[in-house]
Amino acid sequence: MTPPSGTPASDAHWPRIVWPLAALALLLIFNGIFTPGFFAVEVRDGRLYGSLIDILDRAAPLMLVSIGMTLVIATAGVDLSVGAVMAIAAAVAACLVARPDYSPLAGIDLGGSFVLVVLVALGVAALAGACNGALVGMGGIQPIVATLVLMVAGRGIAQLLTDGQIVTFNDPAFARLGNGALLGWPVPVWIALAAAALVAMLVRITALGLFLEAIGGNPVASHLSGVPAARLVILVYAACGALAGLAGLLVAADIQACDVNNAGLFIELDAILAVVIGGTALTGGRCSLLGSIVGALLIQCLTTTILGRGVPVEWTLVIKAAVVISVCLLQSPRFRAMARGNPAGGAA
Amino acid sequence: MPAPTEMNTPAPLLTMEGIGKSFPGVDALVDVDFDVRRGEVHALVGENGAGKSTLIRVLTGVHRPDRGRILLDGAPLETRSPAAAAARGISTVYQEIDLIPDLSVAENIFLSRLPTRFGLIDWRRMRRRAGEALRRLELTLDVTRPLGSCSIAVQQMIAIARALDVRARILVLDEPTSSLDERETKQLFAVMRRLRGEGLGIIFITHFIDQVYEIADRITILRNGRRVGTHRAEELTRLQLVSTMIGRPVDELSPAAKTASAAPMTDAPPLVEASGLRRRRVVGPVDVRLHRGETVGLAGLLGSGRTETARMLFGLDRPDSGEIRINGAPANLTSPRRAIALGFGFLPEDRRTQGLIADLSLRENIILALQAKRGWLRPLSRHRRNSITRQFIKALGIVAADASRPVRLLSGGNQQKAILARWLATEPALLILDEPTRGIDIGAKGEVRRLIASLRRRGVAILLISSEIDELVHQCQRLVVLRDRRTVGELSGERISEAAVMRIIAAEHGS
Repeated sequence: MTPPSGTPASDAHWPRIVWPLAALALLLIFNGIFTPGFFAVEVRDGRLYGSLIDILDRAAPLMLVSIGMTLVIATAGVDLSVGAVMAIAAAVAACLVARPDYSPLAGIDLGGSFVLVVLVALGVAALAGACNGALVGMGGIQPIVATLVLMVAGRGIAQLLTDGQIVTFNDPAFARLGNGALLGWPVPVWIALAAAALVAMLVRITALGLFLEAIGGNPVASHLSGVPAARLVILVYAACGALAGLAGLLVAADIQACDVNNAGLFIELDAILAVVIGGTALTGGRCSLLGSIVGALLIQCLTTTILGRGVPVEWTLVIKAAVVISVCLLQSPRFRAMARGNPAGGAA
Repeated sequence: MPAPTEMNTPAPLLTMEGIGKSFPGVDALVDVDFDVRRGEVHALVGENGAGKSTLIRVLTGVHRPDRGRILLDGAPLETRSPAAAAARGISTVYQEIDLIPDLSVAENIFLSRLPTRFGLIDWRRMRRRAGEALRRLELTLDVTRPLGSCSIAVQQMIAIARALDVRARILVLDEPTSSLDERETKQLFAVMRRLRGEGLGIIFITHFIDQVYEIADRITILRNGRRVGTHRAEELTRLQLVSTMIGRPVDELSPAAKTASAAPMTDAPPLVEASGLRRRRVVGPVDVRLHRGETVGLAGLLGSGRTETARMLFGLDRPDSGEIRINGAPANLTSPRRAIALGFGFLPEDRRTQGLIADLSLRENIILALQAKRGWLRPLSRHRRNSITRQFIKALGIVAADASRPVRLLSGGNQQKAILARWLATEPALLILDEPTRGIDIGAKGEVRRLIASLRRRGVAILLISSEIDELVHQCQRLVVLRDRRTVGELSGERISEAAVMRIIAAEHGS
């Protein structure tokens, strides 16, 4: 669908994604100028190497988490527990694979099937998410409070599973999840793309997207129209949990170890930022999966750039904050109207 | 009856003269005169949008009037904020109790003016003065109790105690009885009489006609921002009051009964039959029965329990007692989803907060209820979505350039039609319409009314709620009349006329 050229931009839906895309492009150009060989991609052993590939690879966990977060935020919710759920899923998988004797999971034998390990770990993550969803959808607890519980308790649970230790494992199948390649591209990139495609299909081919945006847009009107809000909210938080769990597996596979204290630490903030940068309002309603993916790439690209430029680590968060604020302000119709010297603007 | 206003006090305590106030697009108040005497209860009545709240907000300094002046004790009153008004002796208790349940009774009373000593709160003095303030209202209780442990009625008294500074001259009570039951209302009236005896001027805003006559010395009626009358209570009949509020003077009513056909005679059980529906503090008992192809109206003033009845029929609120039968069989309406599955649809009173999903497109708003009925795993095809949207845009005459654009960009009338379309797409057996023509322009009103009539002819049962009695009289085969939250009468066929409805509302016969 091409938007008619005469319509005011703030009413159409497409231009919001322009801003994060522009910021991403700017950042890439900046890198292209100041970092020699930034755009170089070479093929070694049938596998692509280069800064761009690296950014995609590193961004995969954040993309997964951001996809789930987008769905949750569309319902006017938020999930703070994604980082903790990543740690839980990683701990479950690592313990099931390595079976260290200090872990309470050591006695469980899945017959060496890695597929089964992944399914169990994702199932646990989805269950954790469903608990969040039940608190929000049926308990009527504010999402920020409901998920804060698991955000705090989740790492504790993961520590109980690993007895507070870093669980290392030596499993080729698991390791391939983190650093393998398929058709030249890193496996995490494929996984993120596949998850994005699957969720996008679910949301736009079924009526799920309509219902989520309706719940977020006006919960009272949705209830009156018969939208089964409680059920869908549980489903969405469960999906968000499963996607976070998958991200947890990627992170653990990458370093072939599960460090529950650091896996996914603060990722909830990056994910929320990615969603907001992507043009989905925290107040719910209209959501953009593609926007969130671009947002996640932007944040990862920013992190890589800062580290690559040799900027002191302390500055990382400050620079991130500055970029995020700029993109958010650019997206705000009211701010753009003010910048054009029309303070009354913005109200539709 | 306590002694009425002293006749030898010529100068009113408070005078508002020629008050005018406009908001963009509306004249909220036009040349309104209003006065309150010492030791009187002056009721301020009017339907929605009559200007009662605006007049009070002008008095308390929330709004500044565009025109007119306010005199307190003969001296000009310039109030720029509610706090300034309170300092001049104008105390206001709003409908929503704005107290803090977790704080103690005493803390709530003195929240904005805590007594201090050496910069610290003087707790002993606060407790003593809180006790005194409550005793003035003939209320004795432990002021250290948390407010939340008190009944709603007592909380209401505490709100009054807080508003009543020692210097208070005027007390404004904005719908203080809307959440009180009968006994609690009596308790409040006793307090009001006591304060009247002390010489306070009380402005009493309410929707309950019986209460107006029980407590008020004078009555001022507002309609569409204008004062349409001020009368001594004993000189104004209930019928006159109701007809003035609604803006249909009794002598202008067409004496002819309606010509529309009476309810279809049928042996089949009614589609819906609700008997003795009651919800504590909210509504009841109410009896409503609807057949297919029949429009039944719920008539009554604002606050008479019309919307509350509709909400119970749609499964939004559970009745405490009473029974709903559908096609003769008892039904358990536990949620709107259940009601929709049974073929019900509900057009809510406030389309902005309860109907529209403003950011979604017109198309999405239209198909929402039908899609919800099918579930998320059985999506309507793109083709079906488009054809349904086109069908209803055409059938209802919705003016929209592009069905993919947000519905908030449409005019009020088109938004209302979009929500109607949402329900028509579900092919409902019963359609509950709460004020379907409020706030839309004359042209759209006519179209919506014609649509209601044609739906009925096609066999849909319609429960119509409207503040416009002529709309009810013209549309309905039967009218259930509510007053003070209960059914007080029923009219059908040829007995339906505006005068008959108003007589029942005004309790001149029946009841």
